[in-house]
This record gives sequence, structure tokens and C-alpha cells, in this order.
Amino acid sequence: MLRSRPLGTSRDEWSDLASAPLMKPPPFDYEDPETLAGALELASRLDNHKLLAGGQSLMPMLNMRFVQPDHVIDLNRIAELAYIDDVDTVVRIGSMTRQHELLESDVIARRLPLMREALEQVGHVQTRNRGTIGGSLCHLDPAAELPCVLMACDGVVEAQSVRGTRRIAMRDFPAFYMTPAIEPDEIVTAIEVAPWAAGHGSAFLEFARRHGDFAQASVAVLIASSPDGAIERASLAVGGLATAPQRIAEAERMLAGSMPTAALVRAAAQACGDIEATDDAHAPAAYRRQLAVALTERALKLALVRSDAANGGLHEPNA
Amino acid sequence: MSRTRRIEVEVNGRSEAREIDVRLTLADFLRRELGLTGTHLGCEHGVCGACTVLVDGRAVRGCLMLAVQAAGRSVRTIEGLGDAEAPDGLGVLQAAFREHHGLQCGFCTPGILMTLTELLAKCPDATESDVRLALSGNLCRCTGYQTIVSAALEAARRLNGKLAS
Repeated sequence: MLRSRPLGTSRDEWSDLASAPLMKPPPFDYEDPETLAGALELASRLDNHKLLAGGQSLMPMLNMRFVQPDHVIDLNRIAELAYIDDVDTVVRIGSMTRQHELLESDVIARRLPLMREALEQVGHVQTRNRGTIGGSLCHLDPAAELPCVLMACDGVVEAQSVRGTRRIAMRDFPAFYMTPAIEPDEIVTAIEVAPWAAGHGSAFLEFARRHGDFAQASVAVLIASSPDGAIERASLAVGGLATAPQRIAEAERMLAGSMPTAALVRAAAQACGDIEATDDAHAPAAYRRQLAVALTERALKLALVRSDAANGGLHEPNA
Repeated sequence: MSRTRRIEVEVNGRSEAREIDVRLTLADFLRRELGLTGTHLGCEHGVCGACTVLVDGRAVRGCLMLAVQAAGRSVRTIEGLGDAEAPDGLGVLQAAFREHHGLQCGFCTPGILMTLTELLAKCPDATESDVRLALSGNLCRCTGYQTIVSAALEAARRLNGKLAS
């Protein structure tokens, strides 16, 4: 963008330049189908296309010309992809449901408190007003909150193409760095999560330099307790360390079946001390691991306190 | 398939129709096609918040939306915030910013006012922490935010007073 008159240009030349069309994104053909069937047909037919969901990651990439698609297929007019359904044992979320809709949803607050807590830390109000759950999943930033939550909840991603529908377990969804395991003609249409029974405890904690920044480390924890106070089942996912969020199976095994003590919580958190972590300009790997250990210990304690409160204060987690 | 498209969009209560390039961002559309240069462009990748406008009442980054996506929708910009009835033409939020020195260079101000317009509409009794949370999506390099927060809370008090009376 020309912000001031470049040296050597006359006033007239500059006024021509200043009135020339100003376009940040590269040229592309634009389609905005109103039905999923229409979008699937376009996705199967058009080479080098990009799907435009909330645009909070794709639009910056277009503005900077990191991506140069021949076609942009805008999913924003497809009303049938935006919904939150509470069906028995499963909460089903349409891929074009916006992050602010999830944050304001009673179903999410009641059934998936872990997701609700994470959503408060996803970007800012101005980006959550546009950003979608499907977009966040498919962009698959290693530090993004929603993929970490779905990893902890054993979410299922539904992808459709003209060839049919596939259900992909969240743990198989990341293929590699910022790349989901979906084919070029597929569109993610829904996300399904089986909520844990009422009375479970959860916590989502992250560390970022400023509120709304991508986290240097984030932790999602789910705990279900049995009536005698022992931990029945635990799920722990860590985001922001490696190329995709990772489940910490060793910690989950230590927790399940044990009485929750401060020593157990600390030992489980230590299991994050040697997981895969990347070095980059924002933080060295050792620092990220240390963050994961500290956040895990805090998140486990918080989830236990919440589970305890939901069950009428049966046991004392720090005993 | 075409690379241009004719759109109709309501901007600050006026219906506007233009033939535009499909890759034109909403912020550039407002500035270049409609001459509404009150919406500023800083980073153009969604970080600074200077280009924040309201689309159907919700604050969004004007640089992260295509103008074609605003077709059929209602957009409000800083130019639509004034109060024609007020002697100085300023709305409640704008007047509070002037009184509390909520701006210095003024570059970030239009985006901040649009963010706060949504916040105060949704949450008229916003607390200081609500205001700071909403403002986390807008960067200001002059004020240190303190005067912005004071101005926003003052505007909330006045709007609440108006609602009560």
C-alpha cells in the first residue's frame, strides 16, 4: 500500500496511483453457495480452492498472499452448517457455528463446560464474532484452544464430499503441522462430542504473553470421580507444545483409580515434563514443558475442586 | 465465477450499491468506494483492531471480511456514531472520550469506539474488567489505556442513567 507520495512521482502521477484499485488478497474466483450440496459439488470440481469459514486465519493469509487460491468457496451463507444440537449422549455442532454462538450457548455451558472455558480464551470478541469451530479445527494452529479441547474430549469430526461422509476421531485428525487429515474435496460439516456425565470436573488453562494471544502452552483436563472420592476416569490434553495437541496417556493412567492427593496430582503433572515440544522464537522447548507441568498441576487441582463441588464436597482434593 | 460482483449493503442507515472486485476487503470498500475514511487500517491481518466496524451489530475486523460478504447486511462505522441532536454532534461514548482524554493521536479511536459500542449495547452495566477484556482486541500505542477505560465506564454510567430515567 502506498501511504505517501513516493519520491520522484509528480502530484498527478501520485493521484493516479492513489485512486488505482487497492487489493490486498490475490485475484480469485468467488463462490458463495447457499447449500452444503452446492458447496460439495464446487469442492469436488474446482482445483486449487480454499474454503472460507470465519476468515480469521484465511483472510490474513490472503492479505499477505501466503496463499494464492484460484477459487474461494465461501461457506458463510450455508445456514444448515450452523447449529448446536444436544442429542442424548452427544452434542453435535455444525462446523460453521461461530465461536461467539458457542460461548453464549446454554447447551455448551451446561454440557461442555471445558469448551466454554476455553472459548473465553480464543482470540478476542471481534474475532470470535466471525471465527467458527470448523475453521479453527481445520486451520489447526498448534496452539489453538478448540483442537486441544476436542482432543481431551475424544471428539469426532465429520467430513463430507460428493463421495460420501467420513467420521474421523480427533486423535487421527491432525495429519501433520497445521494440516488436517481431510482430502481436498472434503468439507468438515460437524463436530460431535460425548459430554462426560454431570458431576465431572474440568479445567482449561493457558499461558500467553497477552490475553487473546496464541498460547505458549495450554492444558485441558477432565476428571470423573466415583462416590468414594477416587478418580474414576481422567483425560488430559496439552496444546501449544508440539505440532498438534497431545494426550498425556501416562498421566491419565496414573490418575485413574487413584485417590486424589497432592502428591498424585504433582506426579501426574510431572508426566508432561518429557513430552514432545518445539523450540521457536517465542519460547524454547524446555520452557514450554515447564509451563505444561505447572499448568497441568493447576488444572488438575481446579478440575478436582470443581468435580468435588458438583458432587456436594465429598472429599478434600489436597488431603 | 466472475471476479467482480454487484452488492447492496446498508451503511450507517443508507443503502449503498456498488460493482466491486470480489477480493476487496470490507475495510477497503468503506474507505475507497464509499469514502468513509474514518475506519482506519493498521496491520491488515486482524491484530490491531483499528478497522473494527459493526456488522449486524457485532464488532468485526473490517480487514478480515470481504466486502461481498457484507451484501444484504447492515454495517455501522465511526461515521454513524455521532448524535445529530447533540449540540456538538457527538454521541455519548464520543463525548466521554473527549472529556476523559481517551485519545491522543486518534488512529486507534474509531476501532475502539466501535468495539465499545457493541460492548455497551450488549452489556450496559459493563465493569472495568469487561471493558479491559473487550479492549484486548484493540491496540493503542499512545494512551496506556487508562483514559480509554475511564471514558468507557463514564459512557456506561451515562447510558445507564438515560435508561433509568
